[in-house]
Amino acid sequence: MSQLQVDGLDVYYGAVHALKGVNVRAEAGEIVTLIGANGAGKTTLLRTISGLVPAKGGRVMFEGKDITKIPAHEIVALGISQSPEGRMVFANLSVEDNLELGAYRRKDGAGVRKDRDAMFQLFPRLLERRKQLSGTLSGGEQQMLAIARALMSRPRLLLLDEPSLGIAPLLVRDIFKNIVEINRGGVTVLLVEQNAHMALSIAKRGYVLETGKVVLEDDAAKLATNDEVRAAYLGG
Amino acid sequence: MSEFLQQLVNGVTWGSVYALIALGYTMVYGILRLINFAHGDVYMLGAFIGLYASGWFHAAENPNPLKALLVLLTSMLLSAGIGMVIERLAYKPVRKSPRLSALITAIGVSLLLENGGLLLFGADPKFFPQIIPAHNISLGMGVVISNQQVIVLAVSLALMIGLRTLVLHTKVGKAMQAVSHNHMAASLMGISVDSIITFTFMIGSALAAAAGVLVALQSPKIEPLMGIMPGLKAFVAAVLGGIGNIPGAVVGGLVMGVAEVMVTGYLSSTYRDAIAFVLLIVILLVRPAGIFGKAVTEKV
Ligand SMILES: Nc1ncnc2c1ncn2[C@@H]1O[C@H](COP(=O)(O)OP(=O)(O)OP(=O)(O)O)[C@@H](O)[C@H]1O
Ligand SMILES: [Mg+2]
Repeated sequence: MSQLQVDGLDVYYGAVHALKGVNVRAEAGEIVTLIGANGAGKTTLLRTISGLVPAKGGRVMFEGKDITKIPAHEIVALGISQSPEGRMVFANLSVEDNLELGAYRRKDGAGVRKDRDAMFQLFPRLLERRKQLSGTLSGGEQQMLAIARALMSRPRLLLLDEPSLGIAPLLVRDIFKNIVEINRGGVTVLLVEQNAHMALSIAKRGYVLETGKVVLEDDAAKLATNDEVRAAYLGG
Repeated sequence: MSEFLQQLVNGVTWGSVYALIALGYTMVYGILRLINFAHGDVYMLGAFIGLYASGWFHAAENPNPLKALLVLLTSMLLSAGIGMVIERLAYKPVRKSPRLSALITAIGVSLLLENGGLLLFGADPKFFPQIIPAHNISLGMGVVISNQQVIVLAVSLALMIGLRTLVLHTKVGKAMQAVSHNHMAASLMGISVDSIITFTFMIGSALAAAAGVLVALQSPKIEPLMGIMPGLKAFVAAVLGGIGNIPGAVVGGLVMGVAEVMVTGYLSSTYRDAIAFVLLIVILLVRPAGIFGKAVTEKV
């Protein structure tokens, strides 16, 4: 059984049918990417996995457990963490406090401090700014903070929603290197991206979402050479 | 000069009571974007619970500070419980409804508490027992302060410092800040947003109850509608400081208290209640976000 298995997920916002029977899975240790145009339902899928949005039908299984009806704050404790779209750092709290909140459910103070130092090692720019209010960080730094904060709960599955959004290309490369490094440390990554080129270059497998449906599913390398994908998401 | 200083002392004392009430408004607003109109009535309940607790602990016979403290803490604790019940029963069910529903609910809860109070305690004023007998202390230059005023100031200050420590330096306090910033991001941290909201109501209610007991110490006539005016003025104080802003509520409360006492002293007590609304209008015209408020657009 896969670590994450999403079966026939149906999600509505009022009358809007945002996910229409979506099936997605991730094996432990993989990087899986989810690409698709604006409004395809990528964020909705991540939010539903995290328990922020209720599913109307279908189910989300994580490590053999049905988590479809579990509230968001408890899903974190089960080992799934998310760096949300738009980063959502706590602007009026310091970098350190943001990291501390990422570890909110943990009771092992010493372990938390150790992980915090590990985050500073992974993202040295955050170390220099540890006392700074996170609202005053640059977009790229906020993205690093959002990822680091998500890692502070020690997830086994990390959901990343458009980590490249609004960030300079050079920094995007750094962030993608970080993602690979995090994954090598044993964390499964489900990566939502509009930057399909970058995402497919680091992922093992990928899904293409269109208006709430999975229309393609393949090895990342194959998707990268697929004509339709190239035309629609890789600029020809 | 001495008269001015005297007014200032009285104003600051009175203002610190407004500040305590305003803190509850501002914290609940910060976390839910809800004006809890029943908050002034919790202040009233705090005074009545203090009255009953004084009976339970025989606090007026051989009064001593320890018994008085026990009365204060009992009132704060029970009022925190009332705050929790109000949040769970009245506000939580309408949290996802349009904001107007929450506003109407708040007005409903307020009316319920006031009329419930009339039913339970009667409309006649009750007298809060002398659990701290009054005497005056001279500060020199003709300025006098009563020991009760000193207690009001000391207790308010202690509570404000306590609240500051809680919000800035504890895990639950940081969770409160996270929830007030963004509910969704807070849940992604593993924070139970529901519990934090309830906790915030409890803290706000305990502070209002403390204000109720402190006021009753000095003006012992208490009645079920006594929360309406101070509640309204403390709300104005919170807006004055920038609603949602904790230090702002304290400053707003102090400004309100001093302004009120000065107006009474130098103009006429007729304008005492009017000054709150003059301040409200001025601040809305000049600086709608309040003294400390940032002129940010409301987030969704
Ligand atoms: N809170 C909401 N209320 C109503 N409709 C929503 C809400 N959130 C998303 N939708 C709708 O659901 C659909 C999927 O949105 P979603 O945000 O999941 O797309 P996305 O693939 O993440 O897009 P983007 O690439 O722009 O982030 C869209 O049609 C969107 O308008
Ligand atoms: Mg999205």
